[in-house]
Formats: sequence, C-alpha cells, structure tokens
Amino acid sequence: MNRGHLIAGLALLAGTTAQAQSIMLLNVSYDPTRELYTQYNKAFGAHWEKTTGQKITFQQSHGGSGGQARAVIDGLEADVVTLALAYDVDAIAAKGLIATDWINRLPQNSAPYTSTILFLVRKGNPKKVKDWDDLVRKDVKVITPNPKTSGGARWNYLAAWAYGLKKFNGDEAKTAAFVGDILKNVPVLDSGARGSTMTFAERGIGDVLLAWENEAFLAFDEFGKDKFEIVAPSLSILAEPNVAVVDKNVDKKGSRKVAEEYLKYLYSDEAQDIIGKNHYRPRDPKAAAKYKASFANVTLITIDDVFGGWQKAQKIHFAEGGTFDKIYKPGN
Amino acid sequence: MSMPGAGLTARLAPAAVQAARSESPWLRWALCGVTFAFLGLFLVLPLVTVFVEAFSKGTEWYWNALIDPVTIASIKLTLLIAAVSVPLNTVCGLAAAWAITKFQFRGKSILITLIDLPFSVSPVIAGLVFVLLFGLQGWFGPWLRDHDIKIIFAVPGIVLATVFVTFPFVARELIPLMQDQGMGDEEAARVLGASGWQTFWRVTLPNIKWALLYGVLLCNARAMGEFGAVAVVSGHIRGLTTTMPLHIEILYNEYNLAAAFAVASLLALLAMVTLAAMTVLEWRAAQSRDLPAETD
Amino acid sequence: MIPGFGLALGITFAWLGIIVLIPLGSLFIKAATLSWADYVHTITSPRVLASLRLSFGASLLAAMVNMVFGSIVAWVLVRYSFPGRRLVDALIDIPFALPTAVAGIALTALFAPNGWIGEQLAKLDIQVAYTPTGIVIALIFIGLPFVVRTVQPVLIDLDAEIEEASATLGATRLQTIVRVIIPALLPALLTGFALAFARASGEYGSVIFIAGNLPMVSEIAPLLIVTRLQEFAYAEATAIATIMLIISFVLLLAINLLQRWAEKRGQK
Repeated sequence: MNRGHLIAGLALLAGTTAQAQSIMLLNVSYDPTRELYTQYNKAFGAHWEKTTGQKITFQQSHGGSGGQARAVIDGLEADVVTLALAYDVDAIAAKGLIATDWINRLPQNSAPYTSTILFLVRKGNPKKVKDWDDLVRKDVKVITPNPKTSGGARWNYLAAWAYGLKKFNGDEAKTAAFVGDILKNVPVLDSGARGSTMTFAERGIGDVLLAWENEAFLAFDEFGKDKFEIVAPSLSILAEPNVAVVDKNVDKKGSRKVAEEYLKYLYSDEAQDIIGKNHYRPRDPKAAAKYKASFANVTLITIDDVFGGWQKAQKIHFAEGGTFDKIYKPGN
Repeated sequence: MSMPGAGLTARLAPAAVQAARSESPWLRWALCGVTFAFLGLFLVLPLVTVFVEAFSKGTEWYWNALIDPVTIASIKLTLLIAAVSVPLNTVCGLAAAWAITKFQFRGKSILITLIDLPFSVSPVIAGLVFVLLFGLQGWFGPWLRDHDIKIIFAVPGIVLATVFVTFPFVARELIPLMQDQGMGDEEAARVLGASGWQTFWRVTLPNIKWALLYGVLLCNARAMGEFGAVAVVSGHIRGLTTTMPLHIEILYNEYNLAAAFAVASLLALLAMVTLAAMTVLEWRAAQSRDLPAETD
Repeated sequence: MIPGFGLALGITFAWLGIIVLIPLGSLFIKAATLSWADYVHTITSPRVLASLRLSFGASLLAAMVNMVFGSIVAWVLVRYSFPGRRLVDALIDIPFALPTAVAGIALTALFAPNGWIGEQLAKLDIQVAYTPTGIVIALIFIGLPFVVRTVQPVLIDLDAEIEEASATLGATRLQTIVRVIIPALLPALLTGFALAFARASGEYGSVIFIAGNLPMVSEIAPLLIVTRLQEFAYAEATAIATIMLIISFVLLLAINLLQRWAEKRGQK
C-alpha cells in the first residue's frame, strides 16, 4: 500500500514538473465565476497561443471573495485576482501586493463586466413577492449569505439599504429598521453565494433567494426552469466585480505580460460575448444589445452615488460594530 | 483466578448463572432495538445516502465523475499526503510510546496531554497556526518568499496540517498496550545479549504489531479525510492543491451533487475497506493473544 | 537496561515541538498583539460568547446522548450474540474514517425538510437541519465511536463473578446494574464522554453544512474564527482560538488524570 502511495507521489511530482514547461497563470476568483472563467480561459489560451506561440496552463481558485483575498494576502501566488468587489482588492493593495491605483489601470473601474442583485422565487411565486417591501412580511423567508464573509451578500445588503433610503426619503433610522426586518426573515446564513443557492434550490428552504443576476440564471440552467422564477425588484444596485494584476506576484514570477493581457482581453469582443452568454452584463454595447433580453429591466443605483464608495460603505455597514452588527438580531 | 465468586458460581445451577448475568427477554429486545435504531439512524442512513446520491445519475455517470482528470489529481494528491504524513507519524508515535512506557521521568502526564492536544484542537485552528507561521504576513513568510520556498497553499502546508491533525493516533494506540506489556521481554532479550535495535525489531515490534497497524490505519483514514485544517492552508487551486475532501466541496459548490457524492463514496469505500482490515486485524490479534494462553 | 531513551525522547520532543508546540505557540504570540483590554473585549463580545456557549453546549449534549446510547450499544455488542454482530461492530468506526465534510453533506441531505428523515419530522412540525438541533445530530455522529470504544474493552474484562455474587446475595438485576456494573464502568464512561466532548467542541467540517450559521443562534466558535479571518481580523481570530485551546487543554488534562485515577482504583 505504501509503495502504491510512493509511486502515485512520484507520478504527481513528475506531472507538476512537466507542467512547468508552459506558462502558468493563477486566477484567484470568487464563487460564482467558475463557469465564466472556465470558458474564458479556453478562449484566452487560444488567443495567446496564436499571437505568441506559448501555451498557458490555467489554474483556478474559487471561494468566498473575502477568504480568497485573505489567501492572496497570506501568500497564495495569484497572478490576477477577479473578486466580487473593490474592497477586497483594496485589502490586498493595502498590504502592498497591488499598486493602490489599480482601479484606474483598466477601463470602467477595472470591472470588465457588471451584474446586479435579483430575487429568485419558487415557480408561480406562491408568496407573491414583487419588491423589497415584501421581504419584511412575516410569512416570507429570505435566503442570503452572510455579508461578513460573502461579497454577493454585501451587494444584497446595500441594495436593500438603497431601496430603504429611497422609500423613507433618506431617513437612516427607518432604513436600518427596514433592513433589520428583512434580516429577521433569514433562517440560514451561509458563508458564500453558492452555499445559499444550494440551501434554497437543493434543500428547499426559504421563499426568496437574494442572488447575483448570473447566479439566478445559472440556477435556472442547473436545477430546471420549471422550478423557479426570477423577480426583478423596482430598484437594485450596479455590482462591479473588479479585476487586478497582483503586481508583487507577477514581478516575482515574470508573468506580468501575460497577466496584463489576460485582464485586458476581457474587454475584447470575444470575451464580452462569453461574458454575456454567462449572464454577466457586458460593458461592450454590442454584446450588451445582443444579450439584452436575458437581463432584467431594473433601475440600478451605484455604490459611489449612494454610499460614497466601498471604503466608506465597508466602514459604516460591515466593519466590527457597523450597521449590520447593530441591526442584526436573529429570531426576535 | 481465585476470586471468591468462583466458588459461588460452581454451586449455582447453570440456569441460575444465566439468569444472574442476563436481563429479561423484553429488556434484551428493547436494548437491541435501541441499538439498531440508534446506529441505523446515525451511521447507516448517512452512509446509504452517500451511495444513493452517488449513483443517482446512473453508473456510467458515476464512473465518468471518477475518471475526471481533476478528480484523479485530487486522488493522487490525497494519496501523496497520506504517504508522507502517515510514516512520519508512525515513526514518531513509536518513539513517543517507547519513551513514555519504557522509562520513568517527570512530567509524563503533561507530555501525554501535549501529544493528545492536536486531537481536540479545532481543525480550523490547526490550519490557522501554519498560516501564522508561514503565511506572507507571518514570521517566516517573507523569508520563504525571497528564497522561493512554498509551504502554505502548496503540498508541504497540506502535509503539515495533516500531520498535526493525525499526530496522536499511533502513539495513543500504542501507549496503553506497551504499558500493559511492561518490559520483561525486552530485559530478557538484553540479558541474552541482543543489541538495542535487535531487541526492538525482534521482541518489541512483534509484540505490538497489531496495535501499531490499527493505529496506522486510523491515522491513514483521518489523513485522507481531513477537511477543516486542509481547507485553511490549501488555497483551493483546482487540480493542484485540492485533496479529495476539498474537491468534494468544490463539486458540491458547482451544483454537481452526484459527482461530489461519487468522490465521497470513494472515500467511504476506503473507510469501509479500512474498517474491514481493522476487523480482521483485531480478530488475528485476539487469536495471537489466545494462543500463548492455551499453551501455558 | 533498555537503551534508546535519549533517542526516543529526542525524536518525540523534536517532532512535538515542530508540529505542535511551535505552531500553537505562534497562536498565543499573535493573540498577544492585542492589548489585554482588547483581548477581553474580543472574547467577551456577545457573539463570541454565544458561539462558545453553542460549541461547548451542543458538544456537552451530544456527548451525554453518546454516553447513554453508546454504552447501550457497547452492552449489546459485548453481551448479546446475534447474526451480523461483527458487521455492526465494524460500523462503529465509520465516523472515525468518513471525512467530516461528507458526513455533514449526507446528514444535511437526510435531515433537510425535503430529505428522507426531515420530511417525516416536518409533518410533526420538527425542524432539525439549520437549527442547533442539527448541530447536536452532527456531533453525535462524530463522537459515537469514542464512548463505544472506551466502554467495550472494560465491559469485556468485567468479571462475571461479581455480578453473580451480587445476584446470589439477593440483589435484583436492576440493583446489580446500578450498584455493581455502572460503578465499574464509570471511569471508562467518563473517559469516553470527555473524549467525545473534546472532539466535538472543535468540530467544523460536518457542522457548517447542517447548522444554519446564524450569528447568536447557530454559529459555532470555529466558524466564527473562519469568519474573523475572512474579515482580515487575525488577532481577534487567534484570541478566540486561544480560548478554545485553553479549554481543550484543561479538558484533556482532566481526561488523563481521570484515567490515572481509574487505573489506581482498578489496582486496589
């Protein structure tokens, strides 16, 4: 048995050295982008091989956005990060691994695609959930991940907050009470977006899932269109998942050129089409028009307009002792 | 065997002896019922669930899930991790058991407790400590990075976390047995002129081989199945630093439930083979214990 | 004299130092970067206290269930013979060998409101998955072998004559069990209980799937450590870790002293 282990081990070592012949590119990303980057890596690999003749071995790592940022901070040698929100990239930049002006290095806030937050309800919408107001009803159970650990959940929280501000004409106290009432209806708080979708779709818990637009459509494809319906609220938030080259790592590995091209190519026609196909909102007007039908028609506010950017939003809402900690009192 | 009770037994009629040591039939049935219900609910049903879910899309699907290249890579990695960490812990466990049972020294209780400690430390903490030591923000991180040595988010880190978690198994299994056996055999061998190593190989090892194997098997099972500690130090690079338990989580998160359970069933199968091996070992150990007793 | 003391103890200390002591020491040093006031503030915040209470409370409950049912299982396995006994005996070790994440997913699939068992319980208006009850279920699974495997050998060794003597002297079966058998088993029962408790208190993999993970309600302490890490709050995470570690150490020391006490009592 031990000899078997040893042989397997040697085979594995041999395998890793053989891979070192080609370029390696490690993309550390958040949960819902698995399918997107699987397809994009194929396209970019072909593009890079055609222009330079080099083959790329792609490595993907997925997980909750905050946890992934932590791994990079602790030394996971990512060439590029493609995370759920700017705050997590900022956290890496704060440790000196990424230049602090990263957000201006690529067009449109270094976010080659956007998304938003929608409601996924069960077929026929038995609880008649139409808008954020319905989420505070006593008979409605809401599924969302934990905003402390999930990037998507922070977007959920801020979207609800933005709706509250509009409804109560900017009254912070009433808005806090409103969001608190929604959180009271949350029976399971998973640590990531994927965990919440599993809880809602596979385990049958809850009436509404607050989800990324792309996750809602993916749940359609994975679990069957006959089971769920998508509901677009009257107002939601423009989510900009950001991408950045990890400067310290690419300089050490000598992979800056390919890493920068990897992110730049996300803005190409080919990539924008893949992005649209995977239910992310393309930046390119052509691709956006092509997939227009598959996106919900929602009024979108931005984090900069309503919350004054991620640093401020994080500090006020999600830091230790922030609004989330203050209003979150489960079960009562 | 000259307990006072022995005489009493001789005088009691066999039926009375039987009655004295057993319960009324209804109680016996009740106890058996409770046992089966409890084990059925907590052990058998979860196990059955794993296999039912794994084959929910048919055998062909099951097979395809297992021969997926990333799955194969995770199986190889898991075997590699076990192949490195189990022998290390076996050697160390033997040394610890030898020192603790064959010699007298102060602070033995503390030493045993320290050896036990990894066993009750949360796996999450087990992973965290290595991040604190070898992470880029940790003490040795910057130096390691400058010298291009990867520990966490690579195989060495996963090995370290696994060794930590499985640290006590071999020693824990050996200490009570070796304590029981005392050192008469070893002293006799020394008197007859055997060297230290000869004594160990020819006398001690045969005496403890079944307990040692049991410990190694438990250590191996835990090494292959560890999740929490490994999750903290792995970095989740698909096909490169994902062990089988981590790969199961990834598949689960990709809504690929059947594949997740297929890989899980492989680990469950492994567990059951391990258990079967242990049952055989126990049986043979019992035999080898009984044999000398009969010739006495 | 038997040789090898220096070598064996040397290997033991070197290995123990590298693998266990230095890493665990780093935990305390990291936690010490917090001021004492911050440290106390961290570990006494309501959410941390609630998670510690849940982790240790659920473990206590699970260990008690295991002590009762585990000893019944051990009794049945040792005293009664029935077809397939060897198979049932082998099954006991499943939780040792099955990866905790797999156990967690399987138990959740069973106990979720649309699972085989959860469906039946839902009819009775009982919810198990995503409640603290679910956590206890997972911890019972994790801890079961400890009680059975510590009680079993003692039960095998228990002298039949003592029970018979008790019966001959006119004791009813119940009196024999309560006055004779249980006292003899007590050290093993307590050891098994403490082991199951210690193991369960740190458990992570199997619990996170079945717990609802609601702060203050169903969030276990190891999960809170992970959450703190993801918020980049290392010192706070290690502060919670040190508290758990200290409790574990005290528990284990108690187990080992208990075993010594049991050995001494046995020798008398």
